[in-house]
Amino acid sequence: MAITGGQAIICALEAEGVELVFGYPGGAILPVFDSLRESSKIHYVLVRQEQAAAHAASGYARATGRVGVCMATSGPGATNLITGIATAYMDSIPLVAITGQVAVDLIGRDAFQEVDITGATEPFSKHNYLVKNVNDIPRVIKEAFHIASTGRPGPVLIDIPKDVALSSINFKYPDTVDLKGYKPNYEGHPLQIKKVVKAIKESKKPLICVGGGAILSDAAQEILELAEKVNVPVAMTLMGIGGFPGSHPLNLGLLGIYGTQAANTAVNEADLLLLLGARMGDRATGNLDKFAKKAIIAHIDIDPAEIGKNVEVDIPIVGDLKGIVKEINKLNADKKESNWAEELMAKDRLPAQYVEGKGLDPKEIIQELSKMSNNDMIVATDVGQHQMWTSQYYKVEKPGTFITSGGLGTMGYGLPAAIGAKMSDTEREVLLITGDGSFQMNLTELATAAQENLKMKIILFNNSSLGMVRELQQQSFESRYFSVHMTGNPDFSKIAEAYGLKSIRVTDKKDIKNALKEILESKDGILGEFFINLDVNVVPYREGI
Amino acid sequence: MKHTLAVLVENHAGVLSKVSGLFSRRGFNIDSLAVGITEDPKISRMTIVVDGDEYIVEQVSKQLNKLIDVIKVQDIKEDSVVRELALIKVNATSEIRSEITEIVNIFRAKVVDISKNTMTIEISGDSTKVAAIQNMLQPFGIQEMVRTGAIAIDRGSK
Ligand SMILES: Cc1ncc(C[n+]2csc(CCOP(=O)(O)OP(=O)(O)O)c2C)c(N)n1
Repeated sequence: MAITGGQAIICALEAEGVELVFGYPGGAILPVFDSLRESSKIHYVLVRQEQAAAHAASGYARATGRVGVCMATSGPGATNLITGIATAYMDSIPLVAITGQVAVDLIGRDAFQEVDITGATEPFSKHNYLVKNVNDIPRVIKEAFHIASTGRPGPVLIDIPKDVALSSINFKYPDTVDLKGYKPNYEGHPLQIKKVVKAIKESKKPLICVGGGAILSDAAQEILELAEKVNVPVAMTLMGIGGFPGSHPLNLGLLGIYGTQAANTAVNEADLLLLLGARMGDRATGNLDKFAKKAIIAHIDIDPAEIGKNVEVDIPIVGDLKGIVKEINKLNADKKESNWAEELMAKDRLPAQYVEGKGLDPKEIIQELSKMSNNDMIVATDVGQHQMWTSQYYKVEKPGTFITSGGLGTMGYGLPAAIGAKMSDTEREVLLITGDGSFQMNLTELATAAQENLKMKIILFNNSSLGMVRELQQQSFESRYFSVHMTGNPDFSKIAEAYGLKSIRVTDKKDIKNALKEILESKDGILGEFFINLDVNVVPYREGI
Repeated sequence: MKHTLAVLVENHAGVLSKVSGLFSRRGFNIDSLAVGITEDPKISRMTIVVDGDEYIVEQVSKQLNKLIDVIKVQDIKEDSVVRELALIKVNATSEIRSEITEIVNIFRAKVVDISKNTMTIEISGDSTKVAAIQNMLQPFGIQEMVRTGAIAIDRGSK
């Protein structure tokens, strides 16, 4: 039966099992929306700005491991998606973004709302398509989902000219894809795996570094088994948080420039470093000339291009982390007598020094929160000091329960990502931790949450500053503060009220616990605003590098 | 150190920009790039000459391989057959035509156009050969020169 291109897109999304689409309409995408409206299988969520559609799809993807889908119109709709696509790309998050485009014979004429979105997203999408022939729609969508979700996941964009979506097609959805140039390798090379096991046996100070790949390949269980079986301490990159239980006695915490002293010292002392699905970005390695100089380095990653890109590797293994760690576990390396990093860790376990002064210490708030919350709650953050305090002091126990923009560090990511996570399962507790700067980037998404009747829980650290930038100016520009004071901040409790959220304001140290309890137990949406001490920095954590 | 890469790609619109864009955004330098279809019309072959050490070439190959439209990346060996084509328009009044023709013959090049004051020479060969004839013709005054990027193929039955 002949249907339109727009209908074909929706049929294809349904065939992929898509249950949620985040989007924003406009002229060029209307033929697709007209069909989306008819779908009984797909729940559509209208956001308030397209960037949020991409972030929400990404939050959904991170919480579920499934492909997130977002849609926008041509021109400004498409360019608004860009930040979200780039954010997903840097953190290897599977997304399919569908954009409207001007009609095929207008392309290249600077038509109204025309933009070359495939050209623009080329550097930060895993792949993209401009579909000029309606008959290509089923194949392209099949390929897009396959590419987004397999190998190293990532965002794929499909640009659909308006006339293509209006043309008719005899729809048949393909069962398979045929991509000559795309065949990710999942099996690790057996000889290389043996080499790793041998290296583990011979090492005295082995160290595991867990990256985002651990979560993407669902390898947390296998990594836990490896660490416990051999007694290896574990450090994490920002994206690796959740890939190993936060309160596990072998957990050294975050590695890198905002990492723990224990993790950073351990990397320098280790004689074997197992990099598990970590791309070793500059934030994780710090100064490369000093990174892990005493260690044999084994790197396991699904993306061959990551191996040897930043860190020189002795034992490379390309393949799926889960399967490979399983193989390593089968080959039984003996258990080390003790955890060699125990002493390093002991120092880090000392209670944090809280700074007394004007305002609350954010570290104290996060530590209390960590003690009170259950392991199932999803915590999303924005970007800045609050993100780093959360990653340092909040113990994330399970994969997929910590959602943050690691690679791109996109302020404004938190709220829409939290909404996306919440939409995946509205029964699930989702908590956003944000700063007054980041929150104001996308706070209009509170309307999206209200419209979907989501009871969002938000902790807002108010320091009336772009704290992280201020800290950088303090450390590197002799406290010449500029462009970091958020004068003109609104009354956030009124904002909360305006969007139907309860709100509490916390200024006194002795109210922290009660406030957190109220937030965690609230059945309604709630915003807890904590007025924090501007003089608390993230930097002392840099010691040891 | 120069390396020649043969890159087999899907013959779609937009692939060339995906490949060439990758070089600039990853900070790699391309010396030359030549594209054309292969024995299979659905597949194009790009011959890319890059300048860089082992690390760069490895990175280039890996990053190229990540592109979905790239089917295969092959490092062309040094002893392979490499050809460039150049057209050189050189000043040539009737008195010096024979002198130029002699050079052309020695290089087994061809005269492909002639006017009252110029001759246009076609030469194909590896880059040293092209550079050599260019050198020899320089003294007469080169008016215009155009050169393709290198194309290359491995020797024998590989
Ligand atoms: C979109 C975007 N613009 C700018 C930055 C640079 N930046 C990083 S952290 C930061 C300040 C964040 O302030 P806030 O959200 O209040 O968090 P805080 O650091 O105070 O906890 C800025 C401006 C960024 N990461 N993202």
